[in-house]
Amino acid sequence: MEKRAIFRQRWLPYLLLAPQLAITLVFFYFPAGQAVWQSFLIEDAFGISTEFVWFENYQALFAQPQYYRAMANTAVFSVSVTVLSLSLALLLAVMADRQIKGANGYKTLLIWPYAVAPAIAAVLWLFMFQPSLGVVARGIRALGIDWNPLLNGTHAMILVIMAATWKQVSYNFLFFLAGLQSIPRSVIEAAAIDGAGRTRRFWTIVFPLLSPTAFFLLVVNVVYVFFDTFGIIDATTGGGPAKATETMVYKVYQDGKLGADLGGSAAQSVILMAIVVALTAFQFRYIERKVHY
Amino acid sequence: MAEVRISGVRKSFGDVAVLHGIDTTIADGEFMVLLGPSGCGKSTLLRIVAGLEQQSAGDVSIGGRVVNDVEPKDRNIAMVFQNYALYPHLSVYDNMAYGLRVRGTPRPEIERRVQEAARILELGQLLQRKPRQLSGGQRQRVAMGRAIVRDPQVFLFDEPLSNLDAKLRVQMRIEIKALHQRLKTTTIYVTHDQIEAMTMADRIVVMHDGIVEQVGTPLELYDHPSNLFVAGFIGSPAMNFIEGTLRRDGGAPVLEAKGGSLALPASTPGADGQKVTLGIRPEHLSISATGPASLDAVVEVVEPTGADTHVVAIAFGQQVQAVFTERHAFAPGARVALCPRAEAIHLFDTASGRHL
Amino acid sequence: MIDRRSGPDWFAHAVLWTGILVMAFPVYLTFIASTHEPSTIANGQMPLVPGDKLLETYWQTIFVGPTRTSRMPVGAMMVNTLVMALVIAIGKICISIVSAYAVVYFRFPFRRTAFWMIFMTLMLPVEVRIYPTYNVVASLGLLDTFAGLTVPLIASATGTLLFRQFFMTIPDELLEASKIDGAGPVRFFVDTVLPLSRTNIAALFVILFIYGWNQYLWPLLITTRADMQTIVIGIKKMIVTADALTEWQIVMATAMLAMIPPVAVVLLMQRWFVKGLVETEK
Repeated sequence: MEKRAIFRQRWLPYLLLAPQLAITLVFFYFPAGQAVWQSFLIEDAFGISTEFVWFENYQALFAQPQYYRAMANTAVFSVSVTVLSLSLALLLAVMADRQIKGANGYKTLLIWPYAVAPAIAAVLWLFMFQPSLGVVARGIRALGIDWNPLLNGTHAMILVIMAATWKQVSYNFLFFLAGLQSIPRSVIEAAAIDGAGRTRRFWTIVFPLLSPTAFFLLVVNVVYVFFDTFGIIDATTGGGPAKATETMVYKVYQDGKLGADLGGSAAQSVILMAIVVALTAFQFRYIERKVHY
Repeated sequence: MAEVRISGVRKSFGDVAVLHGIDTTIADGEFMVLLGPSGCGKSTLLRIVAGLEQQSAGDVSIGGRVVNDVEPKDRNIAMVFQNYALYPHLSVYDNMAYGLRVRGTPRPEIERRVQEAARILELGQLLQRKPRQLSGGQRQRVAMGRAIVRDPQVFLFDEPLSNLDAKLRVQMRIEIKALHQRLKTTTIYVTHDQIEAMTMADRIVVMHDGIVEQVGTPLELYDHPSNLFVAGFIGSPAMNFIEGTLRRDGGAPVLEAKGGSLALPASTPGADGQKVTLGIRPEHLSISATGPASLDAVVEVVEPTGADTHVVAIAFGQQVQAVFTERHAFAPGARVALCPRAEAIHLFDTASGRHL
Repeated sequence: MIDRRSGPDWFAHAVLWTGILVMAFPVYLTFIASTHEPSTIANGQMPLVPGDKLLETYWQTIFVGPTRTSRMPVGAMMVNTLVMALVIAIGKICISIVSAYAVVYFRFPFRRTAFWMIFMTLMLPVEVRIYPTYNVVASLGLLDTFAGLTVPLIASATGTLLFRQFFMTIPDELLEASKIDGAGPVRFFVDTVLPLSRTNIAALFVILFIYGWNQYLWPLLITTRADMQTIVIGIKKMIVTADALTEWQIVMATAMLAMIPPVAVVLLMQRWFVKGLVETEK
């Protein structure tokens, strides 16, 4: 896709591109390159000399049980948040789509959580579920469950999952609603005349046509859980208790904070980079295939 | 027996009344066209018969059964939409099989019906393709195939040819008509194109602003329009209208119009002094000698189409169109006398629009 | 209509309102908490209706700050956050619109390369390259500055892609007519392209403002001085692990204040917000 009509100046485009390219080089490519380079180095205890050790850092990483722990946490986290927020959002979107008038009103009432910072969302949920003074926590304890995310790793994970889902539902809802509204009415009417009742229509016609949207949201949600949830974790559990909620991104932060293992931290970053690139590439390739009209 | 009876149907969307009381009966096996300009309510009426809209008042019955509260899927109808409404994610075969599958029809029966419909519509090669791989005409045929396999009591068509180019439209018209002759299913067909209506219909319901203007066979509407609207809507090029006053001083009736008068046949109805509109179709004007019974006209434009000659002239201070099968080589500005065929003169009351 | 349903769809409405209430509940509680005495909250006795400390709490929050932790007036934090969000949003828009213009309307060597370089930044959010980027910022002496806070976040390509896509849809004839009228590239940009881009700019502004306002990890690393704190970081610092010391009513008031600007932007500019979300994800 090229423009037929263009300008002929030689130097102006470079000038226009310069700011973005400069910032990109300095704050993106250079650090990214640094991370890759550093992942192949080990610094000695005094920070005086460095040694090129090929993939030793990576090997060390994969020998750590904590790393697998972090991967497991990340996986549990992503799957739960994705499944929960996608299903809830789909339900809400289907209900909203049924309203001929009023769909827009519901849209307004349901999309605002997107504007709330993940960290703030976390604080809100933390407050509700605080073992000693949280309103909801009180209710749970009254049921006899010893709710304590400060001590119980599973409880902590549940808390973080809830906070992340709360935020993500509104984003997914928006896209699902748009997807539903883009299905031509006449196709639904044809199905109705063909004899399909509401449930059948949904699963045989609506859902298949929604699948590109669903697929796209799936990838976006997974990326979201990987990265944007840093704030949620830091504000609530700090990765604890006992690293129960430490995801891979959080681990990078923690390990780097201590400053001891620059190479290991860099290696972790590189692995995360690879995952994101893979996910994004996957998304680009397969999304285009599936679009119907 | 698949007679469709529409009685007293009214429809309003909020405060806006779209249908003001429609009464008509479509006989079993008849091809009935609902014809009218955009916004006249024809599509709304069709959708009410289908059950996609609920009427505000009145009854619809199909095959002798009142279906007001019956869901579309239980009315035993099939519909072909203007934009085909094919299921984009299903193959042609699955598109046609969908309705049968939903009803739990056994697989061999589905196979038989779909293959039969595919044969009739020449879709055999396309059964595994998806809609986006088909041309407009092919998609339209799949939409019809989907309707045929259901073997319904009534076919409903909602302006199915509007999205096709002119040549394809002509071809599909013939196919639909042939299909009807073969299957003999009661059909209600909505269109704004009067040529489609004239060529395909057994009878036409002409609608305008939510009411029925006239119901009749194509030729009845052509020869005996009951009001100005129908007269001007049917026929292309449209009927010429000349407004004036009817005068009967003793002798033969005369139309007094701007800048002249025209002698009318003795049998012409109407009162002296009545404001009337004369209607005469372009194909009913012939060249003659100047006289009291012919229009004095000045030629403006001549359009030879090969098959006939269209002449646009000015008479009585307005444009008048004439169509001749003979070739004429008039120069613009030439004076010509156009004589209307006596039996084909229509007179309408200008105020009410009704035929006298 | 399609299915016989007499009257409105009660089930759907019920589900939707349940959803709305569940969404709103945490915020409601937060608001309640910000109007009560800290002791009421700490005792776990907080009722579900507002208390009487609204003005007092908010006054203290905005102008004085928490007493036991950082003593930073939240009002000042809000100003910091506002500056950061605005700089990021406006900066990103300016940079990306001119870059997109360059890539679309000119032919020059390495054009493709430049575009791909910018495009690749989409792949990697800042969380993945935190420490190396931190080092760069530190070595440039930009820690604890607004520049350090904002410039690295301007690097990514979201806006450039959006504008490029949009520019592609501008008819060639407009440019040709401008050229005949004697306009050069700058003229064309200012007189034609910019006005046409208005809705896209608005949409992007909403998204970027929210993005900037809600930044967490980056400000956490870059700012250490209390007076550089953003409101989102500030909150975290107020929650001390020994809960008895946390001044919850201030924390909750801060949370409310932290939410109001971005939510207000989304609600007031909803149309552009939706457009922005949809367009930037393509």
